[in-house]
Amino acid sequence: MVATNPLFRMEGISKRYGGVRALEKAELTVEAGRVHAILGENGAGKSTLIKTMAGVVVPDEGRMLLDGGEVTFRDPAAANAAGIVCVFQELSLIPELSVADNIVASHPPTRFGMIDRGAQRRLAEEALARAGGADIHPSTLIRDLSLSRRQIVEIAKALARKPRVLILDEATSALSASDVASVFGVIKRLRDDGVALLYISHRMHEIAELADTCTVFRNGRNVATYAAGTRTDEEVIELMIGREYHNVFPPKPPAQAASVKPALEVKNLTWSPRLNGVSLGVAPGEIVGLGGLDGQGQRELLLALFGVLRGTSGDIIVDGRTVSINSPREAKDDSIGMALIPEDRKTEGLMLPMAVRDNLSFAAMSMFSKAGIIDRGAEKQAIDEMIKLLAIKTDGIAVPAGSLSGGNQQKLVIAKWLMRKPRIILLNDPTRGIDVGTKQEIYQLLRKLADDGAAIILYSTDYDELIGCCDKVLVMYDGAVRRTLVGPEITERALIASALNIDADIEGAGAARPAVS
Amino acid sequence: MSEWRYWFNSQRGTLLALAIFLLMFAIYIANHPAIANNGYTVQGVGNVLQTAANKGILLALIAIAQTFVVLTAGIDLSVGMIFVLCNVVASFVVVTNLGAPLGFNLGPVAGPAVGIVIVLLVGIACGALNGAIVIFGRLQPIVATIATSAVFFGIALWMRPQPGATPEFAKALGKAMLTKYWGVLPASMVFLVIVIVLLWIPYRRSVLGRATYAVGSSEAAAYMSGMPIRSAKFLAYVWSGFFSGLGGLYITFVTSSGQADQAAAGTYTLNSIAAVVLGGVSLFGGRGSAVGAVFGAFAFLTIKDLMFVLNVDPLYQPLLQGIVLLIAVSIGSARLFQVRNRLELFG
Repeated sequence: MVATNPLFRMEGISKRYGGVRALEKAELTVEAGRVHAILGENGAGKSTLIKTMAGVVVPDEGRMLLDGGEVTFRDPAAANAAGIVCVFQELSLIPELSVADNIVASHPPTRFGMIDRGAQRRLAEEALARAGGADIHPSTLIRDLSLSRRQIVEIAKALARKPRVLILDEATSALSASDVASVFGVIKRLRDDGVALLYISHRMHEIAELADTCTVFRNGRNVATYAAGTRTDEEVIELMIGREYHNVFPPKPPAQAASVKPALEVKNLTWSPRLNGVSLGVAPGEIVGLGGLDGQGQRELLLALFGVLRGTSGDIIVDGRTVSINSPREAKDDSIGMALIPEDRKTEGLMLPMAVRDNLSFAAMSMFSKAGIIDRGAEKQAIDEMIKLLAIKTDGIAVPAGSLSGGNQQKLVIAKWLMRKPRIILLNDPTRGIDVGTKQEIYQLLRKLADDGAAIILYSTDYDELIGCCDKVLVMYDGAVRRTLVGPEITERALIASALNIDADIEGAGAARPAVS
Repeated sequence: MSEWRYWFNSQRGTLLALAIFLLMFAIYIANHPAIANNGYTVQGVGNVLQTAANKGILLALIAIAQTFVVLTAGIDLSVGMIFVLCNVVASFVVVTNLGAPLGFNLGPVAGPAVGIVIVLLVGIACGALNGAIVIFGRLQPIVATIATSAVFFGIALWMRPQPGATPEFAKALGKAMLTKYWGVLPASMVFLVIVIVLLWIPYRRSVLGRATYAVGSSEAAAYMSGMPIRSAKFLAYVWSGFFSGLGGLYITFVTSSGQADQAAAGTYTLNSIAAVVLGGVSLFGGRGSAVGAVFGAFAFLTIKDLMFVLNVDPLYQPLLQGIVLLIAVSIGSARLFQVRNRLELFG
């Protein structure tokens, strides 16, 4: 690959946060008309790299060249003006404004000093159409849209700025399967139009499908750049984690006898229109996956079990006893022993500005307090045990939770609930946007918890995870369980077919895919 | 959903405020002695409207001032003091012989005109000071404006320790403001409508106006979108000062007097917050409009006047007023009862 005419180049970029080196003499060359994938574990420096490109972070040293000329970006607006636009993982949409308002946010069309709403509407519709969201009404308020649709608006917003370099940071992590397909189409079209695309994702098969060039980052440096398809997945993962790569998923135990009594049983759970009569059972020691397309009621099911939703009907039976759960406080009570690892660790999982210690204790306060007074010694002991068990990387327990990397934050959320030793564990997409190494640790932890007798429900948008982790997968469609796949039946083909509610020939489904593909 | 449904969804707070106001005002007018005794005559209705408008416009202006800052997810506790300071300044400078002591007399037309500009500039300066402290000093708006409000009051008291006005005060303007057109249309109402059409609507549709909403809704997202967040915030405080100043100017017209009235300042500040909430402006920022705040201000005052026309014993009026206000404000959050996902209760 000869870099004849690099559109954008970063040379010797370094950035430190306090004592932590986020980037160390990093280099990157971006060419027009190519999709360049950036790989690396969380904390490898990918986010700092793209934040530097997008003008959010000013590097300590190094230079950036656009069309061969040196550039510096004071703020995101300056980077946008130069044609470098980023679709961030943390959405940059303003919830109280409409879709159209957001799409033209940085440069609204004006007439006589006022925003020209007709022109704005046309720009928004055009951008939405290009981003594969023609069905989104430009007057809808962002707060009324689902996460997946917001992400499409985010991409439309980026396209409306006519980018020369478009950075997609985990842009598909919140998308439903159908939206992913349309976004891929958009990316390929942009590449053909000569836009340089930087694609950051943890999903290996997406990178395999899209990328022309890949660069792997580790510990703030670019360790390898290669043409897509010239390395195997195993080689790539070794580059990323810098050590020998073993099987991601722990081995599954033999199937349980059908006579084992379920720890959690659900009969005809309904919360119309999102849940339409869900029935399921989870035995102690079992990991049950929730599959299906995004938004088929999986999240609502977990929230309903955890007592968050009002006006549900149907029976929830814990250890043979019908229970009524009206709040997370009741759900976590020892008589039920339920824990929910929520979808969004930043808002529902953690209090980011508060200390690691406080975050870990919140759910388990009653376990080491007497008459409302917290026993600091017992608390410290329990916390230290948890940090050790999950190998959470932190500068002590007094630092704010927000200072940890994404993967370690996720471990913190899980640890917080494990402090209570729950018997029923609900997980809502726990590995979204976290690195392979941490994923692997989480999978092993889940299996260990199951072996110790916990009943686990795992909702995942990642098929590999359902195949590799679960003893049983319930595929949901339109608020109900449409198919139950057990053991060897859990294959990618069966998952997709039943997710689309197509009655495929499950017996003859293709062989299970390798652990990572 | 058809187009108007989207519009309705985004204007819900304002429309609800209008509905509450119309309901209360209908009860008020039906029970007003002038109407109850003589029926709906043009003169009777005109008089009732005029009284309500003249009383309401002051709180309406201060509520508009509050709206700008609340939209940025801040709160301005100095609006009442800016109002009082501008009242005091106006009692000195809105005079028919401006400049006479310095040897140049601007006369009965240019004098008051320049005086008005000076008063509004004082309001703008106060707002700009607030904005600068909040943006560059990075202080919480509530703390910054508590401090500046004391400064503003100090200046007002120093300028005018006793209530009063310069003998040459331009009294003609007050008369113009208190008149009514065609027997039913109060001049103060016309003034308020003009202010909204000429100032609020263009602002709402400007880039900086939209950025104000964006800052209040999600400052981080606004920054990441490359929006002019500092200018937008600063401008919101400046507008707030301007409208407080306009209120101060207006009360000077009406009373022909200036007074460093600490109690009035405090009441107007607190009532402006009640008015914006009643008017559907979210204290979390990013939602609502000055039009809603105006309806909120009028609804707030109508609650008070209702007690009077319904002949409630004065002893119980504050209690009942408080209860009605609580109910009215609760209507805005009645939607929470329909929330089926408890997570949505937390915004």
